[in-house]
Amino acid sequence: MMVATKDMPLKEYVLKGNAACAGCQDMVALRHAHKALEGDVIQVVPACCTSVVQSLWPKSGLAIPVLNTAFPAAAATASGVRAALKAKGNDHTMVMVWAGDGGTFDIGLQALSGALERRTDFLYICYNNQVYSNTGTQRSSATPLHAKTTTTWFGKAETEKMLDLIVAAHEPVYQFTANTSYPRDFYDKIMKAKEHPGPKFGHIFLPCPQAWNYPVEKGVEIGKLAVETGYWIQWERIGEEFILGRQSKRFLDPEKRKPIDEYLKMQGRFSHLYKPTRDDKKIAEIEAFIQHRWDVVMRTFT
Amino acid sequence: MSEKFNEIPMAGNIVEPGNAEKYKTGGWRAEKPIHNPEACLWIKNGTCGRCWIFCPDMSVILTEKNGKYSYEFNYEYCKGCGICAAECPTQSIHMEKE
Repeated sequence: MMVATKDMPLKEYVLKGNAACAGCQDMVALRHAHKALEGDVIQVVPACCTSVVQSLWPKSGLAIPVLNTAFPAAAATASGVRAALKAKGNDHTMVMVWAGDGGTFDIGLQALSGALERRTDFLYICYNNQVYSNTGTQRSSATPLHAKTTTTWFGKAETEKMLDLIVAAHEPVYQFTANTSYPRDFYDKIMKAKEHPGPKFGHIFLPCPQAWNYPVEKGVEIGKLAVETGYWIQWERIGEEFILGRQSKRFLDPEKRKPIDEYLKMQGRFSHLYKPTRDDKKIAEIEAFIQHRWDVVMRTFT
Repeated sequence: MSEKFNEIPMAGNIVEPGNAEKYKTGGWRAEKPIHNPEACLWIKNGTCGRCWIFCPDMSVILTEKNGKYSYEFNYEYCKGCGICAAECPTQSIHMEKE
């Protein structure tokens, strides 16, 4: 049973007047994470959009303690914060890392691996907008196949990294994927993460209007389309138990998925696939990767 | 954001927690959301709340007082993204040029 909108706390920990772009979906995710954690949290933020949003000098935009750290060190810093809390006898405060896809997929990967291996009791959230948005939309290893960025002018030639499988190999106590278009579901997942002591990992799909080049008001719609076209898979894994999310369950069958064009056509970063005519070969490659990811996820976890 | 160099705290420290609220982001807006209470489900029976849940700037204010529901936008901070208007199931919100 999902939490009702009315049951969510009214208190906001992400303050008004922060420096996020208009329509930033990161703020929707961050808001609901903090609502679930109710302020009993120390947030570790490496270099990413959130570090800019919450501390545009001389303003401070989050109503919780934040520790800004270097790009590759987010998870290692969280281990240190947890050790300090333990030394002080504090066992209730959550240590949460809020890192972008660059700080997780590329630069922060070895620190994440280390912290998971040390079994640090923390929650690592990777908010994946599939590009280095903060520094001007450079390609990251989370950028999907054929997406345009400022460093891949004709579309990226490689498929994205399947980070969830790398993390799953470390056997975290709780692991989930979420989507900002389903904030109530995300809220529930953070609530669940609170119950499991040990390393926890969350991977959030997060549309970015600036980098993906779509009209700002379509943020929620695009996240939903990602699930409905099968591009994004909502699932969670508690220990060894795999649960396919209720939003994604019916899209296990490729017949029931919406055509991928609906998702691609909305975004400027895929516009070259439709100009002047539809590039059938490249779109078929994207579809093949989506099916491949479904196959790998289902084969690995079930 | 208008302090002179000799008014800035030592080493540029932020001495006041949560002072982002002094930064009025409403000026970024090109279009402002206008609410029409006629069909709004929140005004009717206090349900829905999709605009509140999806607002990235915490600028939708839903209040309940003695069983009466009222609706307000915080135009001081609303950045005018239009997600509330796009997500409203009853089309109670529309965007207007500033």
